[in-house]
Amino acid sequence: MHVLPGFKYFCGSMSIAANSAFPDLSLVPRIDQAGVEERVARFCARSIKKEAKVQGLKMALSMIDLTTLEGKDTEGKVRQLCYKAAHLHDQLAGLPAVAAVCVYPTMVRTARKALEGTGIKVASVATGFPSGQTTTAIKISDTAFAVAEGADEVDMVISRGEFLQGNYHFVFDEIARVKEACGSARLKVILETGELSTLDQVRKASQIAMHAGADFIKTSTGKIQPAATMPVTLVMLEAIRDFFYETGKMVGMKPAGGISTAKQALHYLVMVRETLGQRWLTNEWFRFGASSLANDVLMQLQKEASGVYQSADYFSKD
Amino acid sequence: MTAMEREEILKTYKIYIGGAFPRTESGRYYPLTGRKGLLANICLCSKKDVRNAVTAARSAFAGWSSRAAFNRSQVLYRIAEMLEGRKAQFISELLVMGANKKDAERELALAIDRLVYYAGWCDKYQQVFSSVNPVSSSHYNFSVPEPTGVVAVLAPETSSLVGLVSVIAPVIASGNTCVALASEGKPLCAISFAEVIHSSDVPAGVVNILTGRSAELLPHLSGHMDVNALVYCRSDAAEIKAVQENAALNVKRIVIRRESWMKESAQNPYFILDTTEIKTTWHPVEQTGAAKAGY
Amino acid sequence: MSKIKEIEPKLELQTEWRYAPSPESASHITLKKRYDLFIDGKWVRPSSGKYFDTINPATEQKIASVAEADEKDVDKAVKAARKAYEKVWSRLPAKEKGKYIYRIARLLQERAREFAVIESMDGGKPIRESRDIDIPLAANHFFYYAGWADKLEYAFPGKKPRSLGVAGQIIPWNFPLLMAAWKIAPALATGNTVVLKPAETTPLTALKLAELIADSGLPDGVVNIITGHGRTGAAIVNHPGVDKIAFTGSTEVGKLIQRAVAGTKKKVTLELGGKAANIIFDDAPLDQAVEGIVNGIFFNQGHVCCAGSRLFVQESVADKVIRKLKDRMESLIVGDPLDKNTDIGAINSKGQLDTINRFIGIGKGEGDIYQPACSVPEKGYWCRPTLFLNTSQSHRIVQEEIFGPVLAVQTFRTVEEVIEKANNIPYGLSAGVWTDKGSKIFNLTMKLRAGVVWANTYNKFDPSSPFGGYKESGFGREGGLHGLAAYLDI
Repeated sequence: MHVLPGFKYFCGSMSIAANSAFPDLSLVPRIDQAGVEERVARFCARSIKKEAKVQGLKMALSMIDLTTLEGKDTEGKVRQLCYKAAHLHDQLAGLPAVAAVCVYPTMVRTARKALEGTGIKVASVATGFPSGQTTTAIKISDTAFAVAEGADEVDMVISRGEFLQGNYHFVFDEIARVKEACGSARLKVILETGELSTLDQVRKASQIAMHAGADFIKTSTGKIQPAATMPVTLVMLEAIRDFFYETGKMVGMKPAGGISTAKQALHYLVMVRETLGQRWLTNEWFRFGASSLANDVLMQLQKEASGVYQSADYFSKD
Repeated sequence: MTAMEREEILKTYKIYIGGAFPRTESGRYYPLTGRKGLLANICLCSKKDVRNAVTAARSAFAGWSSRAAFNRSQVLYRIAEMLEGRKAQFISELLVMGANKKDAERELALAIDRLVYYAGWCDKYQQVFSSVNPVSSSHYNFSVPEPTGVVAVLAPETSSLVGLVSVIAPVIASGNTCVALASEGKPLCAISFAEVIHSSDVPAGVVNILTGRSAELLPHLSGHMDVNALVYCRSDAAEIKAVQENAALNVKRIVIRRESWMKESAQNPYFILDTTEIKTTWHPVEQTGAAKAGY
Repeated sequence: MSKIKEIEPKLELQTEWRYAPSPESASHITLKKRYDLFIDGKWVRPSSGKYFDTINPATEQKIASVAEADEKDVDKAVKAARKAYEKVWSRLPAKEKGKYIYRIARLLQERAREFAVIESMDGGKPIRESRDIDIPLAANHFFYYAGWADKLEYAFPGKKPRSLGVAGQIIPWNFPLLMAAWKIAPALATGNTVVLKPAETTPLTALKLAELIADSGLPDGVVNIITGHGRTGAAIVNHPGVDKIAFTGSTEVGKLIQRAVAGTKKKVTLELGGKAANIIFDDAPLDQAVEGIVNGIFFNQGHVCCAGSRLFVQESVADKVIRKLKDRMESLIVGDPLDKNTDIGAINSKGQLDTINRFIGIGKGEGDIYQPACSVPEKGYWCRPTLFLNTSQSHRIVQEEIFGPVLAVQTFRTVEEVIEKANNIPYGLSAGVWTDKGSKIFNLTMKLRAGVVWANTYNKFDPSSPFGGYKESGFGREGGLHGLAAYLDI
């Protein structure tokens, strides 16, 4: 174990991160933003038509973490959302359900019950979401609570302040501890890329999160602009690919916030396909964190089936 | 001859290669005669002298072209200083080669001033001829002139001093190195000019000066695969055609000059540009924040 | 068979989810069955009565027949250009000339998609490139130079530049319309008139451009477009009435032209071959560098004079970079040029395919070949993207321009070593440098003897950016302010 210079608030036991080691950040490749944007433009130039479109859209639906993360969330709202998650658009046959419903820890129990038997996972944000401005101890208890309430997945936020101060070991250790608190629940680590300023920082944060034990890395809370963008997601996908090359371990990817159209979703899937390939084209390894994406995808699928353009009035909003 | 009279020491005119003054490797000479008979035995250079001179010029190129432009400027100015100090010698050489006194003095003054003129351009022509190019993509893009490499110079047959100076100065101002073939009929000043260069902080090999017959040497200069450009300052149509044909061997740049070298107007920075290449460099510009940056 | 080791774990880049065919519609284009010569604003039959076929290299089917111009036709075109120069174009106020060029740019923008489709049909390049790069850049080139027409005295301090007269222009088959724009736009803006010959395998967009120029109302004879093979080009080069030759093509032909015009007063600019070094340092943005390698060599099937065909990777990252590159190549789609998802289209001609295959044959005896297992159509001319690993500077595939999607990969250890190797070639058109360190970039960009140096990017073009070579890659610049000089007596 390294001596952890950033570890100033919380001196944890030496057992943390037993399977992980702090990455050599000097080996993290640099990112050229203009080049990333050019590559993204190439993904966006892919033309997805006909059966490829239907297949892609259904895949996108199955990858959605249907999300409600508001101060005004209630059990009633969460129950409605869970129903929608399992019955996206019953008028259209052969649709998948979404991957998960994502809520605050206090809503986990409600969601768990509402989703009983659907196979849809319950994801909970935790660790002082969305700012993460609280102590590691509270973050761990927040996580433990969500898991105890029945969360299959935990979406944590990293300490951006510590990261921007250069306390990378602190960030690493905190993730490792939360991962430990997750037990068998899968951990998604939110980098909140909109606060990291540059793609170089995104890449560095990805590296730290993966080495600390993240099962998924995730762009954003949805509370900060910009949220998910394709350049940011590409940089994270490339980090995942390099981690896979290096260790053989798969890490999932979840862009969240700002993806609201079917067309955008297809562009993201093209990016996953050409960067990571087959194994990541499943909701086990790729998710969209989104609240309004599902209906736009449904409208497009209905259009493919019926041949006529659709109106939002024909698709339920929950 | 009285006891008080003294025999003058006659100078042996040799060629200038790689900062040394060898005789031609061929051992040949041609007699240069003036009104009073033999002036000097001039080296009748061979193709091997051409080869040696190009080799010297090539090895000097990296160092000279990477000198600071300001430094090249000082070196060219130093040549002018040295020439100024040796005016008398050059005037007398011009006189024995047939010039009248007034023309000789004028030619010398022009030659010195021309060196000063190009000395000044060394660190300025780049600013005049460079550009920042406002490309539409997120890139910073600029173009600058760079020296083309080794330049062969067929010096003017007349105006043997100011002509030679007027051609060599813009060639080396940008960082090229050169191999010059002096005026066949009036080579004395060219060799003396080599001595001036030799004492002027010009690194060895930057300027190489040969004497001899263009009919013999031009095919080897224009055909040489390691010569990047050739500045031709005579008017023989058949020679020009042959040079241009030979140039195709390695896509050599050929510059034909027909100037009246004694005129003030026979100098300008476009002569420097003639033996340069424009290089364009691209680099991405990172964009963060709402407004895009660009030129 | 291959000596290239597979590295575990492997990504599975052949996915169950595949892109369905997405062909660009060709229903809106208009093409004649037969094209005559565009001389003096009219379509005229070739004096010999001979026509040749232009075919679609992706289907091997004939698209149209095109006139074969001989010496008589060239003479007619040059005379028309001379008359237009003397009677009309040289007398027109500069700003009026500019307006015509602006109008050509606008017309081209309006008809961009049609031109893109024809470009891809005739030359085999992917529609994504003709649509997003070739045609917009061509239009932009006209737009850029249009603005110069009445500002020339500001371009050359202390000089009063004058037009040359008639420009004979011979262009290659790799960027047919773009090269026509690169040639015609500055020639017109500087007050010259034009006789242009497109390449024999890709004449159609130039002929469509002739139609568009006729629509623009440009005075008759200012631009003449004639088609034919090498003999037609030679007739232009040798015509005594031509004041300026602008050629883009192989170094071999460029040298012939340089010889042919020796002893004449013709001004010449040559944009010739290349064998560019693309240099990846260990501190480079590696993922973008991989993309730069791909753009460098597989753009336009590698039919690019400035292609980054010699890759130099620093040894400390060589395995990593090659692994990424091979995975990236897995996702390249080779096939129908009109499909919007095609990355690598058809090889331009049977002859060029033979050349490339000959070099691949040579390369197999020199380096270790790698080609992804992508499928290619049965009919047409195709070449999979190809790497040769473990090559060295003495190999022929490293020394010679292949002009196809074939990359020779070498490793290097130090900065000095790679600069020396990069410059160790008779060409000097372009180079690429990838490192995150600014001071190293400038060291390299200053020492590489090439006319265009791309740092942390590759194969970028812009009308305002001068383009052209050192050494055997030719002389003169096209694009930008510097591109004006080629068409002026300064």
